Amino acid sequence: MSLELVLQYLVAGLTYGTIYAVVGVGFNIIYNTTGIINFAQGEFVMLGGMTAVTLHAFLPLPLAIAGAVLVTMGVGALIEVTFIRWLWKPSVLRMIVITIGISILVREAALHLWGEQVRALPYFTGDEVTSLDLGGVRFSPQVLWSLGVCLFIVVALWAFFQRTRVGRQMRACAANRDAAILCGIPTRNLVTLSFVLSAGIGALAGAVVSPITYTHYGIGSGLAIKGFTVAVLGGLGNSFAAVAAGFLVGILESFSVWLLPAAYTDAVSVTVFLAILFFRPSGLFGSREIARLKAY
Amino acid sequence: MKKTPILALLAAGGAALAASPALAADEPIKVGALLSVTGPASFLGAPEARTLEMLVEELNAKGGVAGRKIQLLLKDTGGSPEKALSFAKQLVDEEQVFAIIGPSTSGETMAVKPIAEESGTLLLSCAAAEAIVNPVAKWVFKTPQKDSHAVVRIFQQMKKMGVTRIGVLSSNTGFGKAGKDQIAKIAPEHGITIVVDEVYDKAATDLTAEVTKLKAAGVQAVLNWSIEPAQAIVIKNIRQIGLDVPIFQSHGFGNLQYVKAAGAAAEGVIFPAGRILVADKLPDKHPQKAVLLAYKRAYESRYKEDVSTFGGHAWDAFHLLVNAIRAGGADRAKARDALEATQGFVGTAGLFTMSPADHNGLGLDAFEMLVVKGGGFAVLSN
Repeated sequence: MSLELVLQYLVAGLTYGTIYAVVGVGFNIIYNTTGIINFAQGEFVMLGGMTAVTLHAFLPLPLAIAGAVLVTMGVGALIEVTFIRWLWKPSVLRMIVITIGISILVREAALHLWGEQVRALPYFTGDEVTSLDLGGVRFSPQVLWSLGVCLFIVVALWAFFQRTRVGRQMRACAANRDAAILCGIPTRNLVTLSFVLSAGIGALAGAVVSPITYTHYGIGSGLAIKGFTVAVLGGLGNSFAAVAAGFLVGILESFSVWLLPAAYTDAVSVTVFLAILFFRPSGLFGSREIARLKAY
Repeated sequence: MKKTPILALLAAGGAALAASPALAADEPIKVGALLSVTGPASFLGAPEARTLEMLVEELNAKGGVAGRKIQLLLKDTGGSPEKALSFAKQLVDEEQVFAIIGPSTSGETMAVKPIAEESGTLLLSCAAAEAIVNPVAKWVFKTPQKDSHAVVRIFQQMKKMGVTRIGVLSSNTGFGKAGKDQIAKIAPEHGITIVVDEVYDKAATDLTAEVTKLKAAGVQAVLNWSIEPAQAIVIKNIRQIGLDVPIFQSHGFGNLQYVKAAGAAAEGVIFPAGRILVADKLPDKHPQKAVLLAYKRAYESRYKEDVSTFGGHAWDAFHLLVNAIRAGGADRAKARDALEATQGFVGTAGLFTMSPADHNGLGLDAFEMLVVKGGGFAVLSN
């Protein structure tokens, strides 16, 4: 296999990896603040793409995407206020069932609103056939856009959690919720904020990859499972590990096509995931001591 | 005093008995439809469903067939063979439908075939795999052209273009697998070598990795065999990776939505299809032209979207069924015999001539080789 071929597969892997990474990060934000695994995460990606396409009919592209992100953030807040806020110390299983139910609700609502058709935003630069040439490796400029957006999300989140007051409050919430309440941190609002943030980054990622992968009402559930796999693989609770794990899974899937029929890509990523969990249950980057202290 | 209630009861009972034979004659003929309106095969099932609804309304407005109206029981299978199977059981056991139109995909049809055979219910499938009618099953018919014929037409074209080494991509559905088998079987007869043969998942959203493999093998043309949106995604990936070879698609490409989804990448794609897609470009004397234009106008003005070959398959199935009922009456065995005896029926996919050995009725000439030009379909000229 020549170097050019390796790089070509790598680029394909990074493309898949972006979306997995962002969904994984979304899982982690909510999990960190609330201990909930939100299986409706994939629906935020779907809503971002679909809303952006609808808004693009009468708004220029950047505004359409911004609008889609805002609308999805609103949906995220609505979901939290309507379903999650009322729960008093829910068990893990109950939360998982509730969020899966929410994802089904959102998916069916999307089917009613937009129908079964497949939609896509236009490519941000160029069109369906433009491709850049980097040392013999050819790929669409949209790949650079999605990598750029992913990087932007990671950096912005890092700055938010490290440097802003609200971000530090959310980290306090994640570290010890009761202590945070005692310190006067408004934990209930921060839970809503975590949903809003997750929805926003999911929507942004959904909009930027929709020219490549197309969006339709049903893409959310598969993505949620992949994103959850990635989040656990990196170590649940560690956002940056989720990004690394996302790209790792994407690259593995891409290279697996060289050896195995392409229909096995999902099987490959799940097998690797199971293998790694067997040896490191706390995930690739998770710390064993911290994992033991967590609720599950 | 005690006698009058009994007399009244008897009178009422007598009146009811007298009324029921008339009711039975006016009861509508139940026709079930198993179509994948949502899901990966929605580009097939949605136009089929819309076409059937339109045709049933039209027919009922004219008084129905054999003095009875048609009641359409439409079930959305989502492209899933399991759902198709359970809906089929429901239609046959609970509703006792006269006939079933559909399913939309080959995988679903193969799952439903045994139910139709066991219960003696006519099944007019809108799916393409040859395995549906070969070996011939008494109650099972299909309206799309044979995939083996599509493959032969494609190879004939490739030979004309001097292509000998190709890469084949197919999806892991019944249609994709059937096509892959036919391609592998027929390729040697036309001097074509298959250098790369990849199967991808039906829900695949990016095929750059598979296409990379094709580029590395240095193929002279790519043949893709699937019905999902992946059809449009793969041609984008091929052009983006800089592989500038002719792209061939199966007759599953016959919906303009795919061309729209692929945008500029779809230019120059070659595929075999029914003539519905180029109806207005046919010579006026062509036997299919009037039928095609009528359907096209009715569908496009009602639903504001372009016709596809798939809606046409449902059109053919419905009209073949109605003609069979007209000829044989609303009796299952007689209608089946009438359907099997169809000669020269002008449909959207071609001219149908069925026989006990041929439950499809279309030949090699049912296909026209089309090319995508300027965002629309045109007849390929060599």
